[in-house]
Amino acid sequence: MSAPATLDRPHVHELLLDMVRIRRMEEMCAELYQATKIRGFLHLYIGEEAVAVGAMRALTADDAVVATYREHGHALIRGVPMGSILAEMYGKLEGCSRGRGGSMHLFDADTRFYGGNAIVGGGLPLAVGLALADKLQGRERVTACFFGDGATAEGEFHESMNLAALWRLPVLFLCENNLYGMGTAIERAQSETHLALKAAAYRVPAWDVDGMDVLATEATTRAAAEAVREGGGPHFVEYRTYRFRAHSMFDPELYRPKQEVAAWKERDPIERFRQRLRDAALLTDDEDAALERAAADEIEAAVAFAEAGTWEDPAELERFVYSDPSPAKGVAP
Amino acid sequence: MTVATPQRTPAAPAAEPLATTYREAVREAIRAAMRADPRVFLMGEDVGRYGGCYAVSMGLLEEFGEGRIRDTPLSESTFVGAGIGAALGGMRPIVEIMTVNFSLLALDQILNNAATLLHMSGGLFNVPLVIRIATGGGRQLAAQHSHSLEGWYAHIPGIKVAVPGTVEDAGGMLAPALADPDPVLIFENALLYNASGPAPDPEHPVDLAHAAVRREGGDVSLLTYGGSLYKTLDAAERLAGEGIDAEVIDLRMLRPLDDATIMASVARTHRAVIVDEGWRSGGIAAEVAARITEQTFYDLDAPPERVCSAEVPLPYAKHMEEAALPSAERIVAAARKVTGRDG
Repeated sequence: MSAPATLDRPHVHELLLDMVRIRRMEEMCAELYQATKIRGFLHLYIGEEAVAVGAMRALTADDAVVATYREHGHALIRGVPMGSILAEMYGKLEGCSRGRGGSMHLFDADTRFYGGNAIVGGGLPLAVGLALADKLQGRERVTACFFGDGATAEGEFHESMNLAALWRLPVLFLCENNLYGMGTAIERAQSETHLALKAAAYRVPAWDVDGMDVLATEATTRAAAEAVREGGGPHFVEYRTYRFRAHSMFDPELYRPKQEVAAWKERDPIERFRQRLRDAALLTDDEDAALERAAADEIEAAVAFAEAGTWEDPAELERFVYSDPSPAKGVAP
Repeated sequence: MTVATPQRTPAAPAAEPLATTYREAVREAIRAAMRADPRVFLMGEDVGRYGGCYAVSMGLLEEFGEGRIRDTPLSESTFVGAGIGAALGGMRPIVEIMTVNFSLLALDQILNNAATLLHMSGGLFNVPLVIRIATGGGRQLAAQHSHSLEGWYAHIPGIKVAVPGTVEDAGGMLAPALADPDPVLIFENALLYNASGPAPDPEHPVDLAHAAVRREGGDVSLLTYGGSLYKTLDAAERLAGEGIDAEVIDLRMLRPLDDATIMASVARTHRAVIVDEGWRSGGIAAEVAARITEQTFYDLDAPPERVCSAEVPLPYAKHMEEAALPSAERIVAAARKVTGRDG
C-alpha cells in the first residue's frame, strides 16, 4: 500500500530544505547548549529528520499533532516559528510555551501542536481523546501521534491501541523506532521487536517503512492518513530510523558500538536524498547552496530573536496553574 | 442503609425541598448537564449497560445512547487520558473512576497531564475535565477498594478537589465543575450513595470555593468533609448532651481550601478538631492543622487535634475496619480533650 510520491522539483526541494532546517537548527542547539544558553535536557533528532518531514506532509492545517520530548523537528515542520522554538529553549517569555516548558515541552495552539510530552507513552491517550472529540463532533480531522519504540512497552500504548481500534477513532499512530529506548537496545527490552505486529494484534492496520528515506515516509504516511480520513479507524506506521547523536547531552554512549553508528550514518537521510536528487538532475550546486543559505539565514534570525527575548516576570509564577478568570471560559475546539 | 442527614445551615428555604438520595442527585445532575450541553458525555467502566458500579448512571444509556454514555475497557490511564484529550478537543467529559484505589492507575495522566498542561504550555491549553471518583471505607471491601486518597490529590496544584458530603452538594457540584475551565475531581464517598436529604435547589446553585457551616456552635470547631460529615454531626449532637456546643464546618473543597471560613470559626471557638478519613501522616488534616496554627495561633486555647484513619491498609473484618476508621466516639473524645473536659 503506497501512494506515489511526487518528484517534481519544488516538492523535492522542500523536502530537502525541511530536513536541512531541522539538522542545522539542532546543530545550533548543541552549540548553544555548550555555550550554556540552553540548559536542562536536550534531545536531538539528528538522523531521524526524514520521519517528521515525510510524515507532516500527510497532515492538513486542521489536524492535530501530539509528539514526544524529541520534538524540535516536529514542531518546526508543523509550522511553529523557529524563533519561538529557540526562545523556548532559552527559557524566554517569547518562547512558544513562555519558557515554562523548554526543549521537551513545545506547544502551539495555532498549529494544534499538543506537545512536547516527556512521559514515555503519556501522549497516546491524549491523541485518542483528541480523536474522540473529533468523532463525537463529526469533524473529519486526523490526530497524528508520534512516539518512540520505547513507548510500545508501556501499558498506555496497549490501552490506547485497544481503545482507538475499539472505537474506530481517527488516530495516526506514528512510531519512530530508533532501536534504543534511551540506552537500552530494542532486543533487550521487547519480546517482539517487529513493532507493527503489536499494533496489528489490536486489529490496527500497520506496516513498517524505511525511516531514512523521506519519499518512503511521505508516501506511506499519506496512504495511512488517507485511510484514517476515509473512516478506516486508527492506523499505525513504524519508521525504522536511527539517532546519530547521544540520547541527551549527558549520554557518553557506552551502550552501542561506534561501527553501528557509522554504518547508519552511511544512510544519512539528508546526504542520501541530496545525492539521489543530484543523480536525477533534480538539484544543482546553486540550488543546493541556496537551500543551505536559506536555512542558515533562518537560524541566524531565530537565534537573534531568542537572544533579544525577555524573561518572564517571577510575579507571574503562579499564573496558569489555573485559567485566568475570564467571561469566556474554556478552550476553543 | 440510611445515614444521618446533615443539616443545611443557614436556615432551609421556606418551601420544603424535595428529598432525594445522594446517588439520584448525582444522576440527575449528569442528566441535566447532558441535556443542556451536547459537549458533555460520560465515560468509564460499566457506566452504560451495567448502570454504574454504584448504580449512579442507571438509565442514562437508554436516554443518551452509546455515543454519550461510553463503557470503557479496563484502562484507567487511557480513558482518563482520553478524557483530557477530548477536553482539549472542545468536549466537556465526565470521567468516572470506579474506586479511588483504581485512580492510581491513572495518576500519570491526572498529575503529568491534566494538572500540568496549562502551566507547562504557558497558558495555551486548559483542560475542562471532570473526574468523578468513588472513595472511602466502611463497606468491608478491604485494602484495595476502601481508601480515602482525596487528600493526596489535594496536594496537586492545577486541579480542584471537591468532596461533597451532602445530597445537595453531590448533585449541585457537578454543574460548576463542568463550567470550570480547569480539571475538577469530585470524590463521592460510596457510603453516602444511599443517604437521603434535600435535593439541590436550582435557585441556589452551590460553588466550588467555600466551606459551609453545617452546625453552629461556640465551644469547638469540628472541621470535616465527605463521608465523615455525618459522623461529625452525630458527635456534635452527643457533645451537646454533655454541654459542649460544637460548630461543624464542612470543608466541601480540599483544593482550594477555604481558609477564611475555617479561621473565622476557629477564631470564635478557639479550639479545633479535624476529622479526616485519610491517613494521618502528611494528610489533608495535617494541612488544615498547619494553616490553623499559622493563621490563628494566638486565638487558640488548645493545640488542634486530628481524628484520622489508623495508618494501616484497611482490613476486611468489620470490627477491624471500624477500629481503623474515624468514629463519632473518637470525635467526641477529641472534642473533650481540646475543651479540657477529658479529665
